[in-house]
Amino acid sequence: MLETSDVLILSRLQFAFTISAHIIFPAISIGLASYLAVLEGLWLRTGKLVYRGLYFFWSKIFAVGFGMGVVSGVVMSYEFGANWAGFSRFAGSVNGPLLSYEVLTAFFLEAGFLGIMLFGWKRVGARLHFLATVLVALGTLFSTFWILASNSWMQTPRGFQIVDGRVVPLDWLKIVFNPSFPFRLVHMSLAAFIVVATIVAGCAAWHLLKGRGSEGIRKSFSMAVGMILVAAPIQMIAGDAHGLNTLEHQPAKIAAIEGLWETEKGGTSLNLVGWPDMKEERTKYALSVPHLGSVILTHTWNSEIRGLKEFAPEDRPDSTIVFWSFRIMVGMGLLMLLLGVLGLILRLRNRLYDTPWFQRFALAMGPSGLIALLAGWITTEVGRQPWVVYGVMRTADAASPLSSQQVGTSLLILVIVYFLVFGTGIYYMLKMMAKGPDAGDQAAELEGDARQSTARFDRRPMSRATDPIDE
Amino acid sequence: MTIDLPTIWAGIIGLGVFLYVLLDGFDLGIGLLFPFFDRDGERQVMLNTVAPVWDGNETWLVLGGACLYGVFPIAYSALLPAVYLPVIAMLCGLIFRGVAFEIRAKAGRTQNLWDLAFILGSATAAFSQGLILGTLLQGIKTVDGRFAGDAFAWISPFPVFCGLGLMVTYATLGCGWLVMKTDGDLQRRMRVLLKPSSVVLLAIIGIISLWTVLGQPAVAQRWFGGHHFVYFSPVPLLVLACVIGIFRSADSGHEARAFILMEAIIFLGYSGLLISIFPNIVPPTLSIWAASAPRSSQVFVLVGVVIILPIILSYTALSYWVFRGKVRHDDEGYH
Repeated sequence: MLETSDVLILSRLQFAFTISAHIIFPAISIGLASYLAVLEGLWLRTGKLVYRGLYFFWSKIFAVGFGMGVVSGVVMSYEFGANWAGFSRFAGSVNGPLLSYEVLTAFFLEAGFLGIMLFGWKRVGARLHFLATVLVALGTLFSTFWILASNSWMQTPRGFQIVDGRVVPLDWLKIVFNPSFPFRLVHMSLAAFIVVATIVAGCAAWHLLKGRGSEGIRKSFSMAVGMILVAAPIQMIAGDAHGLNTLEHQPAKIAAIEGLWETEKGGTSLNLVGWPDMKEERTKYALSVPHLGSVILTHTWNSEIRGLKEFAPEDRPDSTIVFWSFRIMVGMGLLMLLLGVLGLILRLRNRLYDTPWFQRFALAMGPSGLIALLAGWITTEVGRQPWVVYGVMRTADAASPLSSQQVGTSLLILVIVYFLVFGTGIYYMLKMMAKGPDAGDQAAELEGDARQSTARFDRRPMSRATDPIDE
Repeated sequence: MTIDLPTIWAGIIGLGVFLYVLLDGFDLGIGLLFPFFDRDGERQVMLNTVAPVWDGNETWLVLGGACLYGVFPIAYSALLPAVYLPVIAMLCGLIFRGVAFEIRAKAGRTQNLWDLAFILGSATAAFSQGLILGTLLQGIKTVDGRFAGDAFAWISPFPVFCGLGLMVTYATLGCGWLVMKTDGDLQRRMRVLLKPSSVVLLAIIGIISLWTVLGQPAVAQRWFGGHHFVYFSPVPLLVLACVIGIFRSADSGHEARAFILMEAIIFLGYSGLLISIFPNIVPPTLSIWAASAPRSSQVFVLVGVVIILPIILSYTALSYWVFRGKVRHDDEGYH
């Protein structure tokens, strides 16, 4: 048994590592694609060059992020079979088709509109180019749609029956639009927008601190801080609705998130901080507020919430992890809200661009969107345990018949390769951001663009960025 | 008459894998030829010949993997654990070479490192694909559709030989591609390479064929039982004819012939493979019907594929058309 559990743990570590590295890039692509559509729309409407300059600048970073996302996604599409043969054998009839649609959507995009968007400024008219950008933005959201349908089905499976130990799909509408899907789709899409808003704000803040307050930098800072002010509260409402949905369908996950062991009578308190101990079945050093649990989780004063002890020990997710991953996510959200509100106050006082402590705060918050995104995914995925398909298949039954040597070796190789390759990719993106939107000459961008697209049919996303990497 | 979905799907995925080998084969081959050419000029020309198409070529690998998962989940979950480490190695090789390809163009003093990553990545990917093919061909033990064989069956003489064989195949294919796409001294040196590599390739194909037939009675029965060989004999005869054609084209003025004949050899080799294993998808026992997802899954994915596959195919054809013709050293770099 020891061998099996080692393989299980190593496989879970490997999947967590590869998917966490992967999700960074699609999140940036999804958010940036929509930002680019907004920028181009504003350029068409106002004719102000500042919007087009920002479009050129961020489209290069989008292109590198998109390329990295495709490359890291290839690994995911083989890992399901390689490490999770039990799962793909059992549920491949549902997850496989949803994944195939994601791949088809992505290739459809890459085949057509992405090329026009990245290399077609001089080849097509302004309106058609704008259409291409909008379609790319919609396309990234369609990809999100399929991936989240697949993930949500694993959280709240519907529309199937089990025949001879395998899932047989009965109703694809019920499979795709399963109970947690709409909430997860909204929460994740908003998260991608917020990821990009915090990155854009951080990038602009860095240039402002360096004393480079050109129109493009000020404009992007203003847009990003404004976006955070609008999106952070909406995300909180969406997250709250997602939480109510989770309480209905995955009560053990909620109990683990809150470190709640007993079903408290006459109103549930909320542990603000503490250390849930899975062995002792209690939350140590808890600082709790009476009734707040009921208020947040059920929107009533004294509703009961089932504690972890109502679930058999083998059915409980790891409370120590999700308690803290959830609090990291919420903490980031609260800091973003603070950033947005402070930004509004400074804006009203005309001090938005020349308040160094605020720029330092925005710079520090640059990665906060990504941190919150990863913490949120850890919460929902670890909270699904010990099930791979909630209530239907246990993760322990999902692993492949591999040895721990094999999975240990592959994990080691993947960690090294990912740090080298995606480390370089992230370094390159940061390097371009450090150069800033003013470094590029717009006329040269258009000329280079025209040469590139007429001389050669060179439309790979990553060839859009031409900045040197090691100078 | 009912439509047999697993057969249709076997055709679609078979086509996807074939297109992958056909297309990504020559650009992997360029990575294998890379170390033998001069860093500054020739390597850049070699890369420029595939720059506009290489990432599209890898599309087929991802599409093939995703569709195999959705439509033949039993085959997907039985095959991948059997070749676990080669699959991981192949993916890492492809990541390395893909990123090296892009970053090389943006690099100055670190270019040597990225060249090395490109070479090693291409070699790893090609060798691992051969290992996977060889392991599949020698048969994967399954019980009730689950992998139940030796986890390290791929470290045995036959798969390792197939790995080396596929490297030679890709290198020869890359050679043919470059004869077609370049001129001058580079083209002349590629022509010189063509003769020995095509002879080695013929020997490798012969050895793999004999090895499979002698080692596996079922395959021997398929090829030689009854009158089968009468129908199947064109396959080996045409392979021989193609190799002779390549050998002779090296001395003639024909520029595209070697490449086209190499693609024909790959088609014939692929047909030979299908003749040997069909209707099994994971030999020796798992057939396409036993490995199938339920009908509703197959229909659901088919709708998307019927719409999108023609678009991807026409786009691929268009990009090769736009990019036809020679690539020269003095061409403007276009990264």
